[in-house]
Amino acid sequence: MATLKLDNVKKSFGKTDVIHGVSVDVEDGEFIVIVGPSGCGKSTLLRMVAGLETVTSGEVRINGKRVNDVEPMDRDIAMVFQNYALYPHMSVFDNMAYGLKIAKVPKPEIAERVQTAAKLLQLEPYLQRKPRELSGGQRQRVAMGRAIVRKPAVFLFDEPLSNLDAKLRVQMRLEIKALQRELGVTSLYVTHDQVEAMTLADRMIVMNAGVADQIGAPLDVYANPETEFVAGFIGSPPTNFIDAALVGGQSGRIGVRPEHIALSDTGLLTATVGYSEALGAETLVHLRTGDGAQITVRQDAALPIPGEGETRGLSWTDENVMRFDASGLRQH
Amino acid sequence: MEKRVTFKGIWLPLLLVLPQILITAVFFFYPAGQAIWQSLFIPDPFGLSMQWVGLGNFEFLLSDRFYRASFLTTAIFSILVTVVSMGVALYLAVLADRLIKGSGTYRTLLIWPYAVAPAVAGVLWLFMFNTRVGVVTWYLGILGYDWNHVLNEGEAMGLVVVASAWGRISYNFLFFLAGLQAIPKSVVEAAAIDGARFWTRFRTIVWPLLSPTTFFLLVVNIIYAFFETFGVIHTITSGGPQQATTILVYKVYSDGFVGQDLGSSAAQSVILLVIVSILTVVQFKYIERRVHY
Repeated sequence: MATLKLDNVKKSFGKTDVIHGVSVDVEDGEFIVIVGPSGCGKSTLLRMVAGLETVTSGEVRINGKRVNDVEPMDRDIAMVFQNYALYPHMSVFDNMAYGLKIAKVPKPEIAERVQTAAKLLQLEPYLQRKPRELSGGQRQRVAMGRAIVRKPAVFLFDEPLSNLDAKLRVQMRLEIKALQRELGVTSLYVTHDQVEAMTLADRMIVMNAGVADQIGAPLDVYANPETEFVAGFIGSPPTNFIDAALVGGQSGRIGVRPEHIALSDTGLLTATVGYSEALGAETLVHLRTGDGAQITVRQDAALPIPGEGETRGLSWTDENVMRFDASGLRQH
Repeated sequence: MEKRVTFKGIWLPLLLVLPQILITAVFFFYPAGQAIWQSLFIPDPFGLSMQWVGLGNFEFLLSDRFYRASFLTTAIFSILVTVVSMGVALYLAVLADRLIKGSGTYRTLLIWPYAVAPAVAGVLWLFMFNTRVGVVTWYLGILGYDWNHVLNEGEAMGLVVVASAWGRISYNFLFFLAGLQAIPKSVVEAAAIDGARFWTRFRTIVWPLLSPTTFFLLVVNIIYAFFETFGVIHTITSGGPQQATTILVYKVYSDGFVGQDLGSSAAQSVILLVIVSILTVVQFKYIERRVHY
């Protein structure tokens, strides 16, 4: 059980700055998801916590102890890699037992801990198999098992679900959440998938080009994005952005989420209907405004679907409007 | 599924492989057949007559004290060459693999010795260790060591081993480096996070994953030590002193072309042919069954 603290952590590769100072306090047992598009530095941040990358400046503290110069093996962490990184020449049992054997845990205890983990992850029938004889989902579980048998202070996940197919990803997402709840281990989870971030996180860190744009609980971040980037990145379909001048504002843009716009005969703005996607429970209507901006409206399936080429009015209430200045910062 | 390009007729493919078949026939099948044929005779030194002796040459060889000694010499020599060249190459490859800056330069420099022909390498080492004017000999003399590989059997063996292994290090280095770089970085990182320090990681992860490369190099190096080291031995020791460095392939030459005993020389070639065939079969068997991770 542990706390994790990042204090103004920065990273440069040569002259290129990739992380411009990230600070966060992670409480014991908290599940933190770092989310952002590829190249935003989220994996690098995780690897610095793991000790696989050096910290250029700032501090990483685990349980209050500064670990900047501590080797990965002495940090009391476990990591699940994107490609699982299983030891290909070892059986599932040996993969999970590897860390314990190195730590010189007595053999009966190793067997017991691996058995417990295998039972938890439904891996018992596969303990004697090699990784290449397993399916993607099973390999993923072995990687999880290898992490949990060591009972580390902190779990690190580096996009662990991105190599799985969509159905398995949803299932494993639920399993990871349940597992983390059960074990109560402080976790840091990196993903580019905002759905994973929304569903898994106690708090999430939204990264944008090496900067933590916003840190907060998923629903808070969704309801109150601090920057235009966060408003656009979190939520699917993304927030609609409209030039503020078009609707009587001054500079900058306003953002309105698709579910907060209603189609009407007249409205604050008119737009031409493009194609519509009926998803069953809801319908996504895509429109284009006079100045060419793309607008998506999410409406209930019971409402009529407008025909292509029709001109409709867009209306929303003022409390659902998010105002951003020219630099992308939220204006309150 | 393997993608294969197939030809419609038989003539074009035949034409395309013909040069290789011709070369193999002229430079391998014909001489090998000659050697097998000659190994059954004792010709006179001038090649004017041949006397049929059946397997007499082989019977004589297998009971010959010097021939059996040469077997032992070959075994010691090839094991030493293989161990030294592979050991040094692996060490250098591990270092080069960890290198971030300038690895390209090191790699290029380490590959150069491979371009040096064995005979030239032999002369190079001979100059350095020449008993009278060699620079290494001179420095060893200052240190109080009297180097004389012309008289000392152990020193002679040491010198031909080092000279033979030297050029080979480059070749082995290339394969080991490629093997090391084929190991996924994340697997090694996972082991580090699991608590394994460098040496443990090497022993439990890197070395097992490198084993296909290691086995391949083992066979290839033994074959090299058996045959291609002729030039080195010929230039440095000529098999001496007192046959201390006469490996099998050198004995084929010295018995046949120096001693003019062509029948025995041919019989020795046949024995070598059998040995290398066995090694090749072992290698192919292993490669077929090789574990693909």
